Amino acid sequence: MNIEPSAMRDVFLERIWQEMLHNPLIFFVSADFGSPVLDKIRKDFPERFINVGIAEQNLINITAGLAIEGYTVFAYAIAPFITMRCYEQIRVSLALLSEVRPMNVNLIGVGAGYSYVVSGPTHQCYEDITIMRALPNFQVLSPADHITADKLFDGCVSSNGLKYLRFDAQILPVIYEAGPPKISDGFHVHQQGEKICLIATGYMLHTAFQVANEIAKDGEKLGVIDIFNLTHFSADRLKTVLAPYSAIVSCEEGFRGRGGLDAMLFEFIAKSNLNVKTLSIGVEPGYSFELGSRIELHEKVGIGIQSILKKVRPFIQTIPN
Amino acid sequence: MLDYRRDLIDQVEWVWKETLAIHRRAPETRLASSLSVIEIFVALYYGGVLKFDASNPLNEGRDRCIISKGHGSICMYPILADLGFFPIEELQNVCQTGGFLGGIPDPIIPGYETVNGSLGHGLGVATGIAVALKTKKSNSSVFVVTGDGELHEGANWEAIMFASHHKLDNLHLIVDNNNISMLDHTDNIVSHSNLLNRLTSFGWECVEVDGHDVVAVLDVLLEQKNNTNNKPKAIIAKTLKGKGVPGLENASLSHIINPKPDLIDSLLGKK
Repeated sequence: MNIEPSAMRDVFLERIWQEMLHNPLIFFVSADFGSPVLDKIRKDFPERFINVGIAEQNLINITAGLAIEGYTVFAYAIAPFITMRCYEQIRVSLALLSEVRPMNVNLIGVGAGYSYVVSGPTHQCYEDITIMRALPNFQVLSPADHITADKLFDGCVSSNGLKYLRFDAQILPVIYEAGPPKISDGFHVHQQGEKICLIATGYMLHTAFQVANEIAKDGEKLGVIDIFNLTHFSADRLKTVLAPYSAIVSCEEGFRGRGGLDAMLFEFIAKSNLNVKTLSIGVEPGYSFELGSRIELHEKVGIGIQSILKKVRPFIQTIPN
Repeated sequence: MLDYRRDLIDQVEWVWKETLAIHRRAPETRLASSLSVIEIFVALYYGGVLKFDASNPLNEGRDRCIISKGHGSICMYPILADLGFFPIEELQNVCQTGGFLGGIPDPIIPGYETVNGSLGHGLGVATGIAVALKTKKSNSSVFVVTGDGELHEGANWEAIMFASHHKLDNLHLIVDNNNISMLDHTDNIVSHSNLLNRLTSFGWECVEVDGHDVVAVLDVLLEQKNNTNNKPKAIIAKTLKGKGVPGLENASLSHIINPKPDLIDSLLGKK
């Protein structure tokens, strides 16, 4: 079987369109952000599609109003704008209000990490995991391929609550050729390692595989785990999976040491009394205006394959057999 | 629904006194901004404007009343209690441990629809509700009460643009135009002196009214509610912050001034 890779947003929006065909309680709200599949939604459901314009605060407020009236809302914009431009609207009228008013809201942010490669730091997004996981009542969902994004849709439409989906803007290679991961676990073990396990999210899962392949040539087998739900994962199962390891390496396309995946995992490790060493692979905090391919940019900020190997190889030496 | 003029005016007087009494017991509450808006709420709740069911506050057939100027709505506590949204004894527990009537009202209070402590959110959420009601083909309307100071928040203007574009004639904005924000008169901060023209030019049907003439407020509310002309409606209620309290009324710093307990007692006829 050979599955053609697709953009996460295209498969996800296709599912929304299919759902809208038979579910009259779905609304789609965009902050002037499109996609080819969105054209179908605009055309077929003009009463339940709204383009609020370049106005993310209003995007969230309109979303909140629709949601407390019983509509399931998908709100759609570029990742840094749908999270940071309107953060207080998200806090007040979604995270806080949902304590007393049930709602089903799904914020779709496109452009995780460096996926808007040439657009620079305004359109790139290295802070969203940190700030969105800070909000109670939100799930932060971070798929690594379109198969996962497609599967995540089921839970988004069927369960009340607030979800933030961080989608890559580029078409990423297919990871789950053999079938989607078990969504309720929140993570998936791709390969079992010996001493050290890489835990990656989003695009960085692809990088983690390549790092593991290189390290395998040195004779060391690394574990690789994809974590796609950064807030609601099976803690018991993750603890069991990590127990045999001596070290954990977090890999994220977000700022290192600023409350993102690394902080989440290290808190989990501490809480779970796992006796492991840790290494954080993330974007060196700072903003850069340099141009280059995604791979080149990643090397400059410390999350390219070569940069990671330079950190991981000496790290391995510190781990006793 | 009260039987018009005299009863409404009496009700305003009762709410005014109850609001002062609450503030006397709970000085953490914001008094001045709660006194400018009493006639607006009395007209909405006692004048037959709003459809509501106190025994089932989220009843689908209700009109939605979004109280955006949260701090300045302590006067809603006696109104909601009087109408049966919660027991009137709760008015003794404002800002007390175990009570639910806080210094800033929360959406756990029966009759409050949304979060309002942070300013500038109510109108946008109300606009989303108005879209939902239109889509449901509901006959219910959305009323949203804001201060004028909070109209400095830009998100309001995103909603104002949106509402007229989408012809949300079921959306009613009432601005408590007392001209005072926290630290000064708005004219000395960023002026709202041409608010009527601004809203009109944004495509809203907008009228000014004396916000302390409860019958005039009611007449405009009823007229606008019945007008399905594809335009969102706004009422700019010209009011006085701290209405009726010497030293507080129209004082630049009235938002953060607490009148002395003796003064409140004398205004309540207790001395």
